[in-house]
Amino acid sequence: MPKTDLVIRVAGEAGEGVLSTGQLLVQAAARAGYRVLTDFSPPAEIKGGYSLFQLRIGSHQFYSRGDQVDVLLCMNQEAFDLSIDDLAEGGLLIYDPGELQPPTSPSREQYGVPFSEIARTQLKFELGKNVVAVGALAALFGLPEEYIQKLLQQRFGGRGADILTKNEAALQAGLGYVREHVLSAPGFTAERYAVERGEPARDRIVLSGNQAVSLGALAAGVEFFAGYPITPASDIMEFLAAELPKVGGSVIQAEDEIASINMVLGASFAGKRAMTSTSGPGVSLMIEALGLGAMAELPCVLVDAQRAGPSTGMPTRHEQGDLFMAATGGHGDIQRIVLAPTSVEDCFYQVQNAFNLADKYQMPVIVLQDTVLAVRNESIPRPDPNRIPRQTRLLYQPNGNGHGAPPPHEGYFSRYALTESGISPVSVPGQPGGQYVATGLEHSEEGRPRYDPVTKREMTEKRMKKLAAAPQDAPEAEYWGDPAAEIGIITWGSTAGPVQEAIRLAAAEGIRVAGMAPKMLWPVAAGQIEPFLQGKQDVLVAEVNYSGQFADILAARFGRPFEKLTVYAGEAFRVRDILAAIRAQARAAVR
Amino acid sequence: MAETITLTHSLDDYKSDEKPTWCPGCGDFGVLNALYNAMRAKNYDPKDVVLVSGIGCSSRLPFFVSTYGFHGVHGRAMPIATGVKVARPELNVLVLGGDGDAFAIGGGHFMHAARRNLNLTYVIMDNQTYGLTKGQASPTAQLGYVHKAAPKGTVEAPVNPLLLAMACGASFVARGFSGQPKDLAQLMLAGIEHNGLAIIDTYSPCPTFNRVNTFKTYREEVAPLPADHDPHDFEAALRIAASQEPRYLGVIYQREGPSYDELLAARKTGTQADLPQLLESLFDRYS
Repeated sequence: MPKTDLVIRVAGEAGEGVLSTGQLLVQAAARAGYRVLTDFSPPAEIKGGYSLFQLRIGSHQFYSRGDQVDVLLCMNQEAFDLSIDDLAEGGLLIYDPGELQPPTSPSREQYGVPFSEIARTQLKFELGKNVVAVGALAALFGLPEEYIQKLLQQRFGGRGADILTKNEAALQAGLGYVREHVLSAPGFTAERYAVERGEPARDRIVLSGNQAVSLGALAAGVEFFAGYPITPASDIMEFLAAELPKVGGSVIQAEDEIASINMVLGASFAGKRAMTSTSGPGVSLMIEALGLGAMAELPCVLVDAQRAGPSTGMPTRHEQGDLFMAATGGHGDIQRIVLAPTSVEDCFYQVQNAFNLADKYQMPVIVLQDTVLAVRNESIPRPDPNRIPRQTRLLYQPNGNGHGAPPPHEGYFSRYALTESGISPVSVPGQPGGQYVATGLEHSEEGRPRYDPVTKREMTEKRMKKLAAAPQDAPEAEYWGDPAAEIGIITWGSTAGPVQEAIRLAAAEGIRVAGMAPKMLWPVAAGQIEPFLQGKQDVLVAEVNYSGQFADILAARFGRPFEKLTVYAGEAFRVRDILAAIRAQARAAVR
Repeated sequence: MAETITLTHSLDDYKSDEKPTWCPGCGDFGVLNALYNAMRAKNYDPKDVVLVSGIGCSSRLPFFVSTYGFHGVHGRAMPIATGVKVARPELNVLVLGGDGDAFAIGGGHFMHAARRNLNLTYVIMDNQTYGLTKGQASPTAQLGYVHKAAPKGTVEAPVNPLLLAMACGASFVARGFSGQPKDLAQLMLAGIEHNGLAIIDTYSPCPTFNRVNTFKTYREEVAPLPADHDPHDFEAALRIAASQEPRYLGVIYQREGPSYDELLAARKTGTQADLPQLLESLFDRYS
């Protein structure tokens, strides 16, 4: 019986092409009809250090990278030392005998494939080592070679016949070596690693979370981006720098994050959809301007690809520790909406929701992405750019001042007119009669600095009214498991992946669990969470931070305790950690 | 200046009914009047103008003008203006603020604004002190300037805004004086007409907190440029900019070249109408 789920890890030194090996495999596998999900863990340094690329392939959609590795390919000793404990019992180790001599073990099978040697002496093409590895793995799980052939042609065809021929030879060398020395080795059951695939499908594409964010921003009609390089968010700026000018937009690499967010506010004031992307350290620097965005009521979108903090922390490691900052960071009563996408596909849609919410409620929206989502590649259904209708700002109408707002005071536009909803019509420069001054000072309806108690109270209430209303437009939450179950588990962001897999495994054991991931974290989407809590004794909140930030927010909002389920070692949850917590809850419930 | 145009707006068209918050005798009044006159001379329609400022006494200026305005946070006027101008290059954008905004908290942005060379005019109202917080030393305060945070006088040397701007690659560097508002309006016009970032450091005395640098002392210290000064001569301009006795007024340095706006515009190959096609081609790339 072919497997439906196989986890492969390629581990080696950064700069050794671990990533390019993985990417070739992913794209070829996706084209061949496999469902694919990857995880990439680079060191923070460009060269040296340990890096890994993990690839999970099979016949159905995956939500996490897989707890254990079925096939481990090690390029050097360090890779072996750091990865071998993750190899499943009875798993397969492939290693480069020119680089390491691992001891044999009854708990695994192992075969040497001399990648470096083949590349150096047989092919006389040292850079071909990665493609040899691709061939080796493809032979192992039965990936038809024509898909790789075609990719090699697309990737190298334009760089001269010689390069292409060399890469094709490398592929054949890898395929041939494994067929000859591994698949036909006495005692080796080739079927154990053959993986079932679906129909080759044209309607699926392979994207990383950062690519999905960038494409979502384009689909939302973003016309201005300013950012500053930071791991793991830089790809978003780089992607948009190449694509945005093709639709008339501009990307600025600013001098720092403070400049980035202020540029974004300037572009928003000028009437454009504008965004920035960064990671936690950048958000820390942007906090003051986010307060300005709230006070001056300027829409903007900030994507925070969270990484392990505090301070510089671990730039390439995972954490969901920025929620408190995203929701409430800054002085005064600020207004801000926080969304969290749960998967690569979701990144594409939530960024569009973020722009709509920013424009409707005239305030900054933070999209809490995270390292796992940012760098992982996933085969997803081809995105639908028309699924989320575009919403525009409530625009000031020079003739008649439409939208039911009070008429402008004698000769002056009431930019911050007090309305039922708190949302006031906004003008953009160039509109006659719409002139006003956007300011971070407390201001009258006309936008003039005013410090009297009535103005302060009314304007605070106006701004907070918008925040209170925002959950009406919360994007749909995700739900899994049995809604009537007594055990509940709430999660957010990429942790939704391992949580839904754990719930499925628990169900197979007969444990009923209900799970949900709200997409709007702040303000709390009570309309979604309250019904979920009904009838549940114990509710776990799973998130990757020490303090249990969302659990605290929920406890404060609903006045009931939540069970914090956290990991904080710079890595994502493993499915089995969540499953263990669910089992413990189930046992406690029985008692 | 050069061209003859019919002036269709009155000065009043540029005034708001918000009463200036400045002390009597403040230099900023002269700058405001020069700005009204420069905008009128350019025949600007107030709806097409955006004045961007930071925080400080002088940064309140946009409230006293009938155009669009953005009164941002301290030190960030230039990034905000950059966003406005890049998003909407057709707007007339001027940046106004104090010496603290430009050279202290916003000092990091000054360098990059200068080297970017966006088509903006930046008028720095330089009073060599922090007026709004009652008289502490600013980055242009002279050595020995006495204030409550340095009762025996500051021990930090002042920055020379003109030399700083030139070192950062600015393409238009000028000095004005609010005591000579007609000349200042002319400088603003020259700055507006310059293709690129025009930096105009403007002496704008604070009569309340800076008793050392006053209208009287500035009048004694300033002088018009030597008749033979060529603003395109970088080295000569450096010497003029460095001079303390006298402190020269006028366009000290200017060079021609493409503005950031032009370079960025040249990169654009399509419009939002091309979006559906672009998205499909990108989806194809990843399939």
